[in-house]
Amino acid sequence: MKILEIKDLCKSFGKTDVLKGVSFSMEQGEVLSILGSSGSGKTTLLRCINFLEKADKGEILVEGETIFSGENSDKISASEIRKAQLNFGMVFQSFNLFPQYSALENVTLAPLLHAKKSPDYKQNKKKIKEEIIAEGKEILARVGLLDKLNNYPCELSGGQQQRVSIARALALKPKILFFDEPTSALDPELTGEILKVIKDLAKQNITMVIVTHEIGFAKNVSDKIIFMDNGVIAEEGTPQEVIDNPKNERTKAFLNLVTQKE
Amino acid sequence: MSIFITVTLSLLEGLLTTFKIFGLTLLMALPLGLIISFGSMSRFAVVKWPIKTLIWIIRGTPLMLQLIVFGFGPGLIGINGMDTFVAVMIAFVLNYACYFSEIFRGGIESIPKGQYEAGAVLGLTKTQVFFKIILKQVIKRIVPPMSNEFLTLVKDTSLANTIMIYEITWNAKRFMNSEHILWPLFYSGVFYLAFCGVLTLIFGYIEKKLDYYKG
Ligand SMILES: Nc1ncnc2c1ncn2[C@@H]1O[C@H](COP(=O)(O)OP(=O)(O)O)[C@@H](O)[C@H]1O
Ligand SMILES: [Mg+2]
Repeated sequence: MKILEIKDLCKSFGKTDVLKGVSFSMEQGEVLSILGSSGSGKTTLLRCINFLEKADKGEILVEGETIFSGENSDKISASEIRKAQLNFGMVFQSFNLFPQYSALENVTLAPLLHAKKSPDYKQNKKKIKEEIIAEGKEILARVGLLDKLNNYPCELSGGQQQRVSIARALALKPKILFFDEPTSALDPELTGEILKVIKDLAKQNITMVIVTHEIGFAKNVSDKIIFMDNGVIAEEGTPQEVIDNPKNERTKAFLNLVTQKE
Repeated sequence: MSIFITVTLSLLEGLLTTFKIFGLTLLMALPLGLIISFGSMSRFAVVKWPIKTLIWIIRGTPLMLQLIVFGFGPGLIGINGMDTFVAVMIAFVLNYACYFSEIFRGGIESIPKGQYEAGAVLGLTKTQVFFKIILKQVIKRIVPPMSNEFLTLVKDTSLANTIMIYEITWNAKRFMNSEHILWPLFYSGVFYLAFCGVLTLIFGYIEKKLDYYKG
């Protein structure tokens, strides 16, 4: 069964049509990279899937179950949206860490709040909290930040902050992890550490969607590549197909432009 | 010497009333201000514009005038027996809630959208996002303007004497009439200064406490 299916997603802001019918699907454990020039709708696509924007039309299915449908999108309640959002994790270009919390607190905040809803929370409060904190430490260790648990975001480098934000998303064990240009806000010498973390996650069979301009990285880590242009998918396929032998003129032009810069 | 003691005791007695106005105003105006600030940011025009108008009226007229309106207004339209102190409290709470609401609004609107979005994708409710993520950042940003408002409130309490509340300035002025001496009024300044000094220290401490992070 497909872990994610996107069907004919459309979104406009006022008169600008930003997504003009985007469809794709993913298997469990797959890594999908989305390429495309600035303004082609990549961020909007991720935001619609993560319920940060409401798509005008189309459907989103997770493991065969419809979690969003443009037909009755007005009827979906806030709590249904929150439940659907928990299928996904999101890593933002600008990190969006909570500045008043330490690295560990950033990671454990949401799991601790969600734990309050579990029926045995009152009896096992202490044990549940300890487990979540231990797990938070373990996740931060996985992204190489065991020595920064108690540091605040302002005390961390950009690369470290982005690793905390990846850990924060992982802590809720999402079925699919989305990255929106995770290295674009970083100095070139710091992008490597983030790409390494993402590569490690790919090895652990975590399903991921990565919007990136790092062509070499995308080719290396992805099972599938989508090239977006002007609100539609212009080309999709394996890295060999899309990056090495692009058929679409826009894809070719884009790849030429990006590889020239590199 | 004995007149000095008499004056001191009288001023201390007035100071209690000053404290009472100050404390009760904060106790009620802070939460009311937060509610008013939400109203002024509401998506619904029927909520937003009446609230904006109220803020405009309250901030656009002197507090002294508002005290007179609430102190003597009810009697003019035939409602008698309203306690003067209650009138004072209504005027102070409403006035300060409106000023606080604008400070809250500025603080809340200065928090980047990304903070709300990061909370949302973690599946948190709007209430959780506000109280667990946004509020503390807002508090850090509004401490300096708040400390200004608190100091202004200390001194504004003296306006209550215009509708016959026996706070410290009233008690000081009393000696001007009865004993024909002016110095108790100057002396009352010492009490305001000391009160404001303590508040300044407290706010300095809070600012330091919140200084452990940037952003
Ligand atoms: N909230 C918004 N309001 C209006 N237009 C928007 C909004 N968000 C994005 N857009 C527009 O949608 C288009 C696609 O933007 P975006 O999805 O950010 O592209 P990309 O991430 O591929 O650079 C752009 O033209 C942008 O100006
Ligand atoms: Mg983008």
